[in-house]
Amino acid sequence: MSNRGDVLAVLRDNARFTNEDIARQTGLSEAEVEEIVDDLEAEGVVKGYTAIVDWDAVEDDDEPIRATVELNVTLDRETSYTDIADRIAKFPEVRSLRLISGDYDFDMLVEGDSMSEVSHFISDKIAPIPEITQTVTHYIMESYKEQGIEFGDGPDDDRLSISP
Amino acid sequence: MTFEPADRVDQVPPSGIRKFFELAEEMDDIISLGVGEPDFSTPWSAREAAIASLEQGKTSYTANRGKRELRERIADDVRERYDLDYDPDEEVLVTTGASEGVDLAFRSLLNPGDKVAVAQPCYVSYVPGVTFAGGEVIDVPTRAADDFKLTVDVLEDSGAAEADALVMCYPNNPTGATMTGEELEPIAEFAREHDLLVFSDEIYSELSYEHDHTSIATLPGMRERTVVFNGFSKAYAMTGLRLGYALAPADAITPMNRVHQYTMLSAPTTPQYAAMEALDNCEDDLKEMREQYDRRRQFVLSRFEEMGIDCFPAKGAFYAFPECPWDDADEFAEALLEAKAVAVVPGSAFGVGGDDHLRVSYATGLSELKEAMDRIEAFLDEQ
Repeated sequence: MSNRGDVLAVLRDNARFTNEDIARQTGLSEAEVEEIVDDLEAEGVVKGYTAIVDWDAVEDDDEPIRATVELNVTLDRETSYTDIADRIAKFPEVRSLRLISGDYDFDMLVEGDSMSEVSHFISDKIAPIPEITQTVTHYIMESYKEQGIEFGDGPDDDRLSISP
Repeated sequence: MTFEPADRVDQVPPSGIRKFFELAEEMDDIISLGVGEPDFSTPWSAREAAIASLEQGKTSYTANRGKRELRERIADDVRERYDLDYDPDEEVLVTTGASEGVDLAFRSLLNPGDKVAVAQPCYVSYVPGVTFAGGEVIDVPTRAADDFKLTVDVLEDSGAAEADALVMCYPNNPTGATMTGEELEPIAEFAREHDLLVFSDEIYSELSYEHDHTSIATLPGMRERTVVFNGFSKAYAMTGLRLGYALAPADAITPMNRVHQYTMLSAPTTPQYAAMEALDNCEDDLKEMREQYDRRRQFVLSRFEEMGIDCFPAKGAFYAFPECPWDDADEFAEALLEAKAVAVVPGSAFGVGGDDHLRVSYATGLSELKEAMDRIEAFLDEQ
């Protein structure tokens, strides 16, 4: 793998590693790692860093309401998928937006403080967009794995503490 | 009449790791760098194949030598990976862990009094295994100066020319040393010249980070005198499923299977299904685990360098083998455990040649590894 690939792989595992720790894992110098990370950010390869939260484990009850929404659209000569996506993605309530193959066009993840907030957002802001022909909203009940990380406690390390 | 251990058992001391294990078990919340097995679980699809086989009631014995479909896959796999060519009917034996294979080879191919050169430091079972089989061990201590590679020099110095067989393991537990094909050539020449059988434990063959693994059996004139041991424990994180295999000409596998059929009958059935799935579909898991180990390896080696601890660049398995900063590695390991709750294993547990070293396993997640290294550094600073 290239040096960039190595750094990217480590960051994708855990973006909280310091440049020093990334250097120790990849055999690069700290300065090289810093330069690669800067480049990755500047070139827009790495778009950002975020925490993966298991809201069930958060004590106070500020778990957001989330829904995945199927969107169907019609295109015309002047309007492409990207044009529509650009409009939708601007809303802060939209957490992710992907064009997909199959029965519908866009897969949209929406987040809000309550079910009514989410419903109103979809009915007031999304459904009226002229190109949107249909929305189907699925509220998320429970999350078991996000971004490759399994929720729940996982198995204990039950290996013998010392073994040959 | 009372129970007394038989002489051949009595002359083998209990494992040197045992005492240390008992110390570590008494303590809570230790970070153990003393574990000789992967921290990953078996890839899920392999586990699921095992579960499915149980659901279908596939719980009877298999053929003595292991399921034929598995032996075929093993033969295909080692041909593709290592250029090893073995007939699944006559030359492949599925065993209960590679350890059983090693024991079978000793018991079925050694005569009482046969001399067996054992390259050390090494996995704890070879020396007792030779002794149980009635053989005589010739200690072959590899040297830190050679990065713990086996050399003709140490073979000659230790009198291995007189031996009937040689036991070696690369990539090595406990040192993490590896040997390239080029470095194996003089060893092969020595074996041919002195007519030695070679027992080559290659259980860590998939965990070689800087060069492809070469099996000594692929060198000229070696196939006919070598038994290769391998298995699923390390590559596919299946240690507790106990499944390995031995590869050798029929002249070796036939007697090994004779002992195996009377003592083990067959290797456990469920893991054989897991192993077939592992060979068919778990290449990506293997690759991912190998990448993780490699990052940890580089991390650990960097940290030792920063601490000023002398550690050769271990290139395989999941061990680093630094020189102990104190004269007495046993004492150091105990003091480190007591003061900082970090467990490492003194090299003396692995035979001769590793006395003033420590085995540091990096089969542990990076965050724990990082914490453990910080603690070792703090421990050294406080001394």
